Amino acid sequence: MFSMSEKELGKKWDRCLADGAIKLGTGLGLGIVFSVLFFKRHTWPISLGSGAGLGMAYANCQNNLRSHYMLHRGDKEQ
Amino acid sequence: MLRACLRGANATARKNYRRIPLTSLQQCRHYTAGESSSASKVVVAGLLTVSGGIGGTVLYAKWDHKFRAAVEKNVPYSDWLLGLALGPAAQDPGLPIKKRVELAQPPSMIEKQVKKEGAEGPVKDSSPAPSQPAQSLEECNECHEHKEATAVHPAPTEPMKERPVEEVAARLAQQEQEEQDISASVSASLEDSLASSAKATLQAIGAQEAALQAIMQHTDKLKEAMEAEVLPEEKSNQWKDLEAALADRTTALNDARAALSKANESLDSLRSVIDESKGLKISSVRPLVLAAEENLHNMVVDLDKMVMKVQSAESEAKIVSQYSELVNEAKRQFQREVSSLTPEIQANWKGLTGKLSTDDLNALIAHAHRRIDQLNRELAEQKVREKIHIDAALEQQKLEDQKALDNAVNTALQHVKEDARLDQERKLAELREVMEAEMRTQLRRQAAAHTDHVQDVLKVQEHELKAEAEQVLSSKMLEQETRYRQLTQEQLDNFTLDMNTAYARLKGVEEAIDSHVVAEDEARKAHQLWLSVEALSYSLKTAEADVPTVPLENAAQAVRDSCRDNDFALALASALPEKSLQRGVYSEASLRARFNSLRSLARRVALIDESRNSLYQYFLSYLQAALLFEKSQEAPPSQLSSEDLDPFKLLSYASYCLEHGDLELAAKLVNQLRGEARRVVEDWLIEARLTLETRQVVNLLSAYANAVGLGTTQAP
Repeated sequence: MFSMSEKELGKKWDRCLADGAIKLGTGLGLGIVFSVLFFKRHTWPISLGSGAGLGMAYANCQNNLRSHYMLHRGDKEQ
Repeated sequence: MLRACLRGANATARKNYRRIPLTSLQQCRHYTAGESSSASKVVVAGLLTVSGGIGGTVLYAKWDHKFRAAVEKNVPYSDWLLGLALGPAAQDPGLPIKKRVELAQPPSMIEKQVKKEGAEGPVKDSSPAPSQPAQSLEECNECHEHKEATAVHPAPTEPMKERPVEEVAARLAQQEQEEQDISASVSASLEDSLASSAKATLQAIGAQEAALQAIMQHTDKLKEAMEAEVLPEEKSNQWKDLEAALADRTTALNDARAALSKANESLDSLRSVIDESKGLKISSVRPLVLAAEENLHNMVVDLDKMVMKVQSAESEAKIVSQYSELVNEAKRQFQREVSSLTPEIQANWKGLTGKLSTDDLNALIAHAHRRIDQLNRELAEQKVREKIHIDAALEQQKLEDQKALDNAVNTALQHVKEDARLDQERKLAELREVMEAEMRTQLRRQAAAHTDHVQDVLKVQEHELKAEAEQVLSSKMLEQETRYRQLTQEQLDNFTLDMNTAYARLKGVEEAIDSHVVAEDEARKAHQLWLSVEALSYSLKTAEADVPTVPLENAAQAVRDSCRDNDFALALASALPEKSLQRGVYSEASLRARFNSLRSLARRVALIDESRNSLYQYFLSYLQAALLFEKSQEAPPSQLSSEDLDPFKLLSYASYCLEHGDLELAAKLVNQLRGEARRVVEDWLIEARLTLETRQVVNLLSAYANAVGLGTTQAP
């Protein structure tokens, strides 16, 4: 009924942040785990994991924000 | 040319001012001098040519008249010049006379026509110009109208004018009168002279006859006296008679001569009168003249005959008298001889026979013998001489006869000539009469033809005039009729008009009453509509801060109900957007508030669009929004240029408009946003559009309701 398009962006940012946080944490955790378990407490898996997590989060966020401008394959096929 | 040169001189002077002023000026002066000298040469040459041309023209015109005429015709004022130089143009005499003759002929013809129209009179076919040399008309000699001759001379030089009929008739009458007078006088004079000459001639003839008689008597008597041997008493009577007869004869001859001279005189006078009357040349006199001439001729002939008779008688008498003289002479000689021989014997010796003696007798006889011998000798001599004499006399007689013959022949010739001339004149007169009669008949015919023609023309004219008059009459009648019809029609029209107006008014009144009823109905409906619309607009105002209005469905329904048969209102009512009906619309204030929050968001995503939508761009956009400052409210220009499409500017314009209550313009401006900013404000725009739509419809409806209400309210 009362769709407010202005709130969408905020929502997207929220999701972005949440997603980023999750991914970062997950990456970090995984990195820590891996560094501890497999890579003799080198820092590089942690940074790798966090970086990957961050990166994924970034990509996700960007994709999310771009999603309106992208034509999906499904639409194309339709 | 001079001016150009001077300009050039000045230019060169200015150019070479410092260097060679003098020489250039000199040069120019030389130029100007040269120019002027050549110019003067040209002028002089031109003048020479012109004067030469004029002189040549004048000379040639003097020599050739046709050229002169051509020049005078073509070049104006040349005739003045040529007249000044050469004198007036000399006319060529040969051609103009012919032309005058020709011109004279037709004017005479025209005059003939005119005079024919005027009156019949003596024919004027003899016309013109007896003074002209080369006239071919025969009647030239008989031309009797001097006036005509004088009239024709100026005729070729003047334009022909038709003499008025009365003038012509008067002239003709005058001429006739004159002619008649002249002829009367001439005839009178002729008659007088004729009478006198006839009398004189008769007298002369009588006298001649008497003379003839006397001569004949005398000769007879003389013959008698010569030959007859009668008694001496009778002889003396005879001689007395003879003397008396001689006296008679002489008197008769004298009388005859006198009478003859008188007759000749009178004849001469008659001849002169005849010649005079011939000189007058009037045709009516001619027969008289002719008759007089004939009479004269006859009288002359008679007179000559008589004179000849008398002359022959005279010559006979001369012969007889000569013979008688000779006899008398012989007798006298014999008497003398006898008397010489016998002086005592008397002349009348016959009565003295008894007195003579024998000696005397013998002597007498001897003398008688001697005498007889002598006489015989003389006789013989005489015979011979006689022959000679006779021959001479014959010769003389022949000569005399010849002379007499010649005279007679001459007189006869003269008579014959006279006769022939008279015949010719008579024939001429007859011919003239015939021709005149013919001419008269021709003229009569022409007159008849003319009258016919005039009659025809008159008839035609009558027809034409009648037709014209009828036409005029009919047109006038038509006019009157049409006017009458027009008037009646007008009256009818007026009446119908009045009737129509009355009927229309009645109808109008009825309609007014009906419309009143209708109007009241309408008014009621309008009021209802207005009320419902008012309700609708009131329901619009129920919007609060963030809460939209109540759904407008009911009010819209009410409106729809109240305008069931009003298509316009119905259409409008159904034009309300569904959403507003179902959900209601936001108020302007709420939209305004929402916009304020929107604005900052839109500012933040101002840089994001299809091509730029990575996170980095987002960061940049956020940075821009943090660093860029614009006016919070700026009045929008009437026309947006490309630089006004910057989102920041647009947002400031839009907020200005919103602050000033112009939602529409704000919506329009916000509509110009592109990219992400546009996506962000999309919903706001939709809401704004909705509100605007609904408000517009409601405004229209209320305006319409107001209008209808106003329309239906009756002015007091």
